[in-house]
Amino acid sequence: MSQPPLLEIRDLVIEASAGKRTAPGSGKALIDGINLTLKRGEVLGLIGESGAGKSTLGLGAMGFTRDGCRFAGGSVTFDGTELTSARPAVRRGLRSTRIAYVAQSAAASFNPAYKLIRQYAEFPVLAQGRSRREVEADAVTTYRQMKLPNPEEIGFRYPHQVSGGQLQRAMTAMAMACRPDLIIFDEPTTALDVTTQIEVLGAIRDAVRDFGTAALYITHDLAVVSQMADRIMVLRHGKLVEEAATETMLADPQEEYTRSLWAVRAFEAPAKPVPAEDVQPLVSLRKVTASYGRIGPDVLRAVSFDLHAGRTLAVVGESGSGKTTAARCAMGLLPRSGGDVLLDGVSLPPDYRKRSKAQLQQVQIIYQMADTALNPKQKIGDIIARPLKFYTGLRGRKLTARVRELMTAIDLDPDVYYHRRPGELSGGQKQRIGIARALAAEPRVVICDEVTSALDQLVAEGILRLLARLQQELGISYLFITHDIATVRAIADDVVVMQHGQVVEAGPKAQVLDNPQQDYTKSLLASVPEMDAGWLDRVLTERVAAR
Amino acid sequence: MIRQLRNVPLTAMFGILVIVSYAVIAIFAPLIAPYPETAIVGMEYLPWSEEFLLGTDSLGRDMLSRLIYGARNTLGIALATTVIAFVIGCSVALLAVTLQGWVDQLISRMVDVMMSIPTLITSLLLLMIFGTSVLNLILIIALLFSTIVFRIARAVAMGVVVMDYVEAARIRGEGLLWIMFREILPNAATPLVAEFGLRFTFVFLTISALSFLGLGVQPPLADWGAMVRENASLITFGDLTPLLPAGAIALLTLAVNFIVDWMLHMSSGLKD
Repeated sequence: MSQPPLLEIRDLVIEASAGKRTAPGSGKALIDGINLTLKRGEVLGLIGESGAGKSTLGLGAMGFTRDGCRFAGGSVTFDGTELTSARPAVRRGLRSTRIAYVAQSAAASFNPAYKLIRQYAEFPVLAQGRSRREVEADAVTTYRQMKLPNPEEIGFRYPHQVSGGQLQRAMTAMAMACRPDLIIFDEPTTALDVTTQIEVLGAIRDAVRDFGTAALYITHDLAVVSQMADRIMVLRHGKLVEEAATETMLADPQEEYTRSLWAVRAFEAPAKPVPAEDVQPLVSLRKVTASYGRIGPDVLRAVSFDLHAGRTLAVVGESGSGKTTAARCAMGLLPRSGGDVLLDGVSLPPDYRKRSKAQLQQVQIIYQMADTALNPKQKIGDIIARPLKFYTGLRGRKLTARVRELMTAIDLDPDVYYHRRPGELSGGQKQRIGIARALAAEPRVVICDEVTSALDQLVAEGILRLLARLQQELGISYLFITHDIATVRAIADDVVVMQHGQVVEAGPKAQVLDNPQQDYTKSLLASVPEMDAGWLDRVLTERVAAR
Repeated sequence: MIRQLRNVPLTAMFGILVIVSYAVIAIFAPLIAPYPETAIVGMEYLPWSEEFLLGTDSLGRDMLSRLIYGARNTLGIALATTVIAFVIGCSVALLAVTLQGWVDQLISRMVDVMMSIPTLITSLLLLMIFGTSVLNLILIIALLFSTIVFRIARAVAMGVVVMDYVEAARIRGEGLLWIMFREILPNAATPLVAEFGLRFTFVFLTISALSFLGLGVQPPLADWGAMVRENASLITFGDLTPLLPAGAIALLTLAVNFIVDWMLHMSSGLKD
């Protein structure tokens, strides 16, 4: 005989309501007829692009909808209790003790004013009436379970005193505090570096196994979900695309859309001939040293690398490795304190304000966050036209024609988008505008600062393809700052690996990625999740063995 | 446009109506007022009658006509003052934020010093020194209020100046004015516009207060603050007439605040 499922969702519809008084069914459906069953102790992975309704469904499983959304049909049954129609008090009671939620950004989810352990104890004390002393002793056990360093002591720190990976584990520990039956993980490792991500993933999986907790694991990263989940559901536009056990799903996806998700990482820009030894590099950093503030510690220590004309140099490292700082030194945004930055063999002034217009024109930048990189009050046409006007002095009809040409080059229809503002565009479209703005200056070097890390995998792939195509057509060089090894594989010709403000390893892509010489590069490469269900176990065992 | 107006809440609608009617009265004062602004047309303190709808004041001038002309002076001066205060305050704030470093420090500390002295006392002092002409009044109050505008504009612009698009403009090599007025100002405008409405009321109240103290708009020009003072003795006889100019001030303050509330609500994105 089979146990009744812990969570059962039937034909669930969640819609964005146009107003309180409008009839159900009149709004835009965010979740459209989803069925889902979750047994005790089972981990179900939910994947899809942003806007697929993953988070909405995750919250809906707790009987909760965000402001402006509502349940418009179907049912959510948790252990025999129907949640969509339950009284708020009933739902609150369940949410405080039996269902827990782990959010993407632990840093934004903890209250910075209280110590970790006090926030841990809040629900067990309030909702379960246990004594604070008992709960705090319990917290230490859970912290140890989550493999946090110094479990006796770490709870008495404030959220800002622990690292991002530790905070994420502390939040998972907090979710475990009431020993819930169900935990919803909403992209818990997306904001973390790959090496940190492994530890958090391992800790989460062990804890879920040991306590026999069921979990909904929401993510857009296939490799991650294949480590965590027993079963996978693929969502798109609020509808189910495909559902299967993890092994089946990885080995034999049925739907076209799922296969396109799987194939994203297949793209690789065509290889270029290696430049001769004596060719002068286009951009060259020579023993560059820099610090924030006059007395701050050096964040860059004697960093040297060369970017050759028409090639792509990827600078890889975790956050805090100094890769973005190196780019800012090259731009002149952070004046270097030592060393030299050469453009075509000519030294560039350390401060961008001292650089000539021609020097500024040759080095352009594309930002990570397209949302903040484009002035929301300017029209798309004007944003692209400005560098043209500023550097080349184009005016009138010629200017408009050139802007339209650029918009066509980035695959945005000028007739549709010329007069729109950035707020009306999607993330990928905004990033394309950022590219067009950089190209409008007719630069020789474009610095790409994590340009794809805020985008969905499919959209990111489109951006990489566009950049590769533009490089072929225009012969520009890219300095590509990224933490994502897959991106490096896709677009780079040469790779520089950085750690603690120093260059660890440098060389052609094939050499660095396939035959790394340094331990740090090896561990970085080993941390990249692979779409193989046994990968996490393997890496974790290797790590333990290495110690 | 008309469809947008239909969604305006009742309070804001009322505010708009009041301000429009005040503006019409101020602009067409000579056509609407039954008597000239300063002419003595009857006995002192005449009661309300058909000839003098709201009676006459302490010198025998028609109360209604002075109330109507008063709208012109009080509103005109307050508007000019607020505009000047905002032009000065915003420009200096944008300059400080864009240049940062010691320029920002110097300007901010100077503003701190100016703000540490109560506005009314400073304005009284400066008006005594420079004389009480309308021009001096406008310039002095505008300068004092520009310090408050500076603080607000600086706080708003600080949030905008760290945006990547401002950095992009900087490394493009754009000039100071472009960064200040093309990149930063449009993105700081909404809270500043709401603030404009609020400051307008405060300027208005300050001028009325100064007029009441005898240092604002000088006789024989009609001003609502001064009119309260001139006719204050009537209150002891239980006559409501001196309270009418005060009521006019109160009504306008209320109207402006309704509109400001609505604009803040709109800009905060709570459109439900």
